[in-house]
Amino acid sequence: MSELDLRTAAASAAPVRRARPSVSEIFAMAFVLFLAVATVVPGLLSSIDPNAIAARDAFQGPSPEHWFGTDESGRDVYSRVIAGTSTSLLIGVSATVIGVTLGLILGVIAGFGGRILDFSVNRTIEVLFAFPGLLLALLVIVIAGPGPVTATIAVGLSTAPGYARIIRGQLAGIRSSGYVESARVLGHGPRRILTRHILPNALAPLMVLATLGIGQAVVWASALSYLGLGAQPPSAEWGAMLSAGRTYIGTAWWLTVFPGLMIVLTTIATTILGRSLTRRTAGRR
Amino acid sequence: MTPGSAGSRPAQRSRGFRGIRWLLVRLGGAIFVLWAVATLTFFAIRLIPGDPAEAVLGGPGSQASQETLDQVRQDYGLDLPLAVQYLNALGRLLTGDLGTSYALKVPVSDLLGAQIGGTLVLAFTALCVAWLIALLLSVWSTGGGRVAAAVGQGIELTSAALPHFWLATVLIAIFSSTLGWLPPVSTATPAGLVLPTLTLAIPLAGFLAQVMRETLLDTLDAPFIVSARARGESERGIRLRHALRHASLPAISLSGWALGYLISGAVVVETIFARPGLGRTLLQAVTLRDVPIVTGVVLLVALVYIIMTVVTDAASRLADPRLRNAEAQP
Amino acid sequence: MTAPDTLLEVEGLSVSFGDTEVVRNLSFHVSRGECVAIVGESGSGKSVTARSLLGLAGRGSRVTSSTLSVAGRDLTAASERDWRRIRGSQIGLVLQDALVSLDPLRPIGREIGDVLRLHSPLSAENARSRVLELLASVGMPNPERAITQRSGELSGGLRQRALIASAIALDPPLLIADEPTTALDVSIQARILDLLADVKSRGTGILLISHDLAVVSAIADRVLVMKGGRIVESGNTQELLALPREEYTRRLISAVPTDKPRRVPLVPDAMPVPAPTVHSTQDAMAPVVLEARGLTKSFPSPSSPFLAVDDVSFTLRRGETLGLVGESGSGKTTVARLVLALAPADGGAVLLEGGAFSELRERDRRPLRRKVGAIYQDSLSSFDPRADVRRILTDASELAPKADRHSVGELLDAVGLSPAVAKARPLHLSGGQRQRVSIARALAARPDVIVCDEPVSALDVTIQAQVLDLLDRLQAERGLSYLFISHDLGVIRHMSDRVAVMKNGRIVETGDAARVFDHPQHPYTAQLVADAPRLVDAL
Repeated sequence: MSELDLRTAAASAAPVRRARPSVSEIFAMAFVLFLAVATVVPGLLSSIDPNAIAARDAFQGPSPEHWFGTDESGRDVYSRVIAGTSTSLLIGVSATVIGVTLGLILGVIAGFGGRILDFSVNRTIEVLFAFPGLLLALLVIVIAGPGPVTATIAVGLSTAPGYARIIRGQLAGIRSSGYVESARVLGHGPRRILTRHILPNALAPLMVLATLGIGQAVVWASALSYLGLGAQPPSAEWGAMLSAGRTYIGTAWWLTVFPGLMIVLTTIATTILGRSLTRRTAGRR
Repeated sequence: MTPGSAGSRPAQRSRGFRGIRWLLVRLGGAIFVLWAVATLTFFAIRLIPGDPAEAVLGGPGSQASQETLDQVRQDYGLDLPLAVQYLNALGRLLTGDLGTSYALKVPVSDLLGAQIGGTLVLAFTALCVAWLIALLLSVWSTGGGRVAAAVGQGIELTSAALPHFWLATVLIAIFSSTLGWLPPVSTATPAGLVLPTLTLAIPLAGFLAQVMRETLLDTLDAPFIVSARARGESERGIRLRHALRHASLPAISLSGWALGYLISGAVVVETIFARPGLGRTLLQAVTLRDVPIVTGVVLLVALVYIIMTVVTDAASRLADPRLRNAEAQP
Repeated sequence: MTAPDTLLEVEGLSVSFGDTEVVRNLSFHVSRGECVAIVGESGSGKSVTARSLLGLAGRGSRVTSSTLSVAGRDLTAASERDWRRIRGSQIGLVLQDALVSLDPLRPIGREIGDVLRLHSPLSAENARSRVLELLASVGMPNPERAITQRSGELSGGLRQRALIASAIALDPPLLIADEPTTALDVSIQARILDLLADVKSRGTGILLISHDLAVVSAIADRVLVMKGGRIVESGNTQELLALPREEYTRRLISAVPTDKPRRVPLVPDAMPVPAPTVHSTQDAMAPVVLEARGLTKSFPSPSSPFLAVDDVSFTLRRGETLGLVGESGSGKTTVARLVLALAPADGGAVLLEGGAFSELRERDRRPLRRKVGAIYQDSLSSFDPRADVRRILTDASELAPKADRHSVGELLDAVGLSPAVAKARPLHLSGGQRQRVSIARALAARPDVIVCDEPVSALDVTIQAQVLDLLDRLQAERGLSYLFISHDLGVIRHMSDRVAVMKNGRIVETGDAARVFDHPQHPYTAQLVADAPRLVDAL
C-alpha cells in the first residue's frame, strides 16, 4: 500500500494542534526504541546465543526459559528475532534511502527541468507504475540474481516511482504557492527563492515520507526473503525465519508467528510515527 | 491571485463529445505505456549476464556443444542484430505471441492463458471482499461514537500492516491446522478460495477503510449535509443518499491500483496455498531465470493493470461530475 | 404576549460547547411575513443560533431555552424524530454558496424532491411536476434541464435559486437564510434578495443571518445585533441604522464604507487621516508612476482561447488610488498579475516611471520589482509557512536601498502592530493582523506603487474598516500609489480617486470616482451601482 498511503499522508491537511503524545504514539516510540536497542546492543535484550544449536531442546513452545520457544535445531527464537532486527532494519532502511533518493532525483528533474523533462519524467513514472507492487522487484532479481543486496536494491527501485510522484507534486505545489510568488514580486532572485523557500519546505515532508516508507520496505524485503530471493536461512532475518518455520506451521506456530509479529509491529510503529510527524509538521503551517 | 481565478467559460461542446475525446486520449496514453513497458522489459533482460542460448539449455553448467548453441541461437533469433530482435519481439507481441519458455519449451502465451483465469478470479474476489469489509468497517467506525472510532482505527492500522505471507501462515495455522475448517491448499472448490481471498483482502480492506473513513468524516462535515438534515433527512438517509456516495469515490479511483497490488500479492499467496496462477508461475520462472515467462507475466500484468486504471478512471468520471467539469476549465 | 401571527418565539436560548457558552440567553420572535435579521461578525454566535433553531447546533452542543416554538409547536423538549418532522416542512434553511450546500454528486431535481419525499405523500410523477413548478417560481430559466443538472454545472446565481427552491418546497412558514448572498456578485446578490423579498411577501417569515449591514438593510424589517453570543441591540431597521444606541452598533455602521466620502475614517474617533504631504490627490500634475498600455491576455481553453484581458490601458499618478472594480471573471485579477509581471502579456506593456517594466527580461526587471508591491486577499498563503513575522519583514527590507531601510520595529509600528508580533508565525495571527503584516512587508521594500488585490474581502467589517483606514493613512504619509482591486463597490468608492469598471476583460468606463458612481455613463456601470446594496436607501 506504499505510495497511496504516503500520498494521502502528505496531502492531508491535519488539524493544527500541539497535543501531548497519544497512547499510540507512546507505544510507537517505545517500540522504535526497542528496535534501536535490539539493533545496536542486542546483548542487552537477550543473553542466549541466537545460533546455539541444542537438538534436545528442538520445538519447545514458549516458556519462561524460551519466551518465543525454540526452532527445529533447538535455537532460541526470541534471541534470533532480536539478532535479526539489525539485518531486517538495515535492509528496510537502505531500501527506503535508495527509493527516496531516486525519487528525489526524478522529482527534482521533473520539478525544475522545464516542460520537456517534466513530461518525460512523468511518463516514466507512469510506465513504472504499470509494474505494480513486487513485480518491478522481481524483474530486478531476475536480472541481478537473488540475495540480500539485490533484494534491497530491488525494493528501493520499486518504491522510487511512488516517491518521485509525490515529490514532484510537492515541488509543483510549492513553486506555484503564494509565498514563492510573493517572493518573486518583492524581487528576490531564483537561487535565493530555491534555497530559502522551496527546498526547506520540500524537505520536511520528505522525512515524513521516509518514516512512513520504512515499514513498507521492511515488509517487502522480508517478502522477498520469504520467497527465497532475499536473505537466506540460516540468517536470522525475519522473512527468512518465517520461510524456514513455514514447514512446521502445523506443529510449531511460534516459529512463524513471532518473527511476523515483529514485522507487523514495525510497520504499525512507523506508520503511527509518520502520521504524527505529518500532523506536527502540518501544524507549523 | 491564483492563475485559475482569472475566470473562464465552460467549453460549449456536448458532454458526449468530451467523453469520447477523453477516452481516446486516455487509450492513446495506455497504448504508449504498454509499448514502453514492453520496450523497457525487452532491454532490461539484456542486462542479464551470460549467454541467453546457454540459459535455454539449462545455464552455464549445461556444457552444450557449439553446434547446439548455434542451433538454439538460430531457433530463438538470438543471432540477429539487437534492433531486429526488438522489432521481431514487438511484432510477435502484436499477434499475442510471447515466445517460448526456456525451461518448459512450450509457448508462453499458452502457458499463461491457462494460468491467468485463476489469478484474476482470486484478485477480483479479493477486491470485492476488501471493498465490502472496508465499507462496513468505515461506516461502523464513523457512526458508533468515540470507542468505535478508536477501535475502528486500530483495526484499520493493524490490518493494513499485515504482510501477506504472515497473514496466510497464521490463517492456515488457525483455520486448517487447528480448527480443520478449511483446506490449507487452495483446491478448485469455493472452500479452497476462502483463505487466499482473505489473505489478500484483509490488508487491502484496512487501507481502503482508512481512506473511506477520512472521506466519510469530511463529507459529514460538508454544508450540503447540513442542508440535507435541514430538509428533515434521517441519519440513515444522510449516510445512504449522500455520504457513502462521496466516500466510495476514492475507493473507486483506487481500485485500479488495488488490483495491481492484489496481483502482485498473488505471487506470495499462490505460492503458499499451492494455487495455480500467474504469481506462482512467475516465482518459479524467477527462480529458474526463465526469461520469456517472466517478461510474459510482466507484460500481461501491466496490460491488466493499465486496462483496470482506464476503467476506474472512466468510472470515477461517471460517478463524479466535478471531474468532467474541471476539464472544461483551462 | 404571543401575537396570533408569531411564527417563531425564542426565550432564553443558550448554546454551549463544553464549558464555552457561545450563545447566551437570547430572546426574539419572528412574525408571519416579516424579515428579522441577525447581524454580527465572525464568532458572534449568529450561525449557531440559526442552526439551533433547527436542532442542528452540532455535536457536543448543549442547547437550553425556556421557550422555543415554531408555528405554535413547542420545541423545547423536541426529540430527534420531532425535529425531523419540523425540518423542511415548518422551517426551511438556505446556506451560503449552493456549490457546497447542495450535494455536488446529485442532480438538483433529486435534492429538491427529497423534501417532498420526506414530508408528503406525493407520487413520483406529481413530485416531479411540483419540482418543476418550484424551479420556475424561483426564476430558473430552464427547469426541465435544471433538474438533471448538478450544483457544479450551474452558475452561482442559478444554483442559489435552486437551493432556495429546496428550502421553500413545502412552503414552510419560516425560512432561515444564513449568509444567503455572501460570495455572490452584486448583480446576482440583488436578484437573490429580490427573490427573498418575494418569498416574504407571500407571508413567509424570514430569519436572515448576515455579516453585511447593507444587505440586511435592503430586506429586513427588524435587526438584532449580536456580539459575543448576546444581542447587544435590536430594533426596527430604519431606526436602528439611523439612531444606534449602543457603541458597538455605531462602530458597525460606521465601518460600512459605502457612501463614506474619501479619506473620512471608517473607525469612529480615529485620528483623522492627515492631509497628503507629497501631492494633492486631485493634482493632475503629479507624475505618472505606472502606466498600462493596451494590455491583452488570453488563456487556452478547449473550444477557443479565452480572452481574459482585452486592450486594457490606464495610468496611475503619484499619491493616487485607482480603483479597479468588476464582477468575478471580469479579468481584474489577471490585470493585477500582468501589472506585477507575474504572467507575460500577449500584447501591450506596463511602464514604471516612464520606463519599461513588463517588457524587460526578468533578470533586468528584478531590481525594479521592489517598487511595485502587492497585498493579497489570502495573505496567509503569501507567507512562507516556516517563517515568523521578523523573518518575513527582514527578508523584504533587504530589498530596499541600504540608506533607506526600516527596522522590523518601525514597520510593525507603522501598521499598528505590537513589537511582540515579530516572534509569531502568521498562522497564529488573526486575519486583520495578517493583513497588517502583509502591508508591512510591502512597505519594507520601499515601494512606489502597491497593487492591492481584494485586500479586505476576507475580513470582518470592523477589521476591514481599520485596514482601509491604515491604507489611507500610509498613502497620505508616504505618497504611495494604489492600484486597488475589489468587487465591492462601497470599498472601491471610499478608497479611490479614480475608478475603472471592468467587464469581460475590458474597461467599460473610467473616470473620477464620484463622477462614475453618481453619473454613470455606461449602462453596465449604472446597473452595478443600482444593484449594490447601500445603507442610505434604508434611511
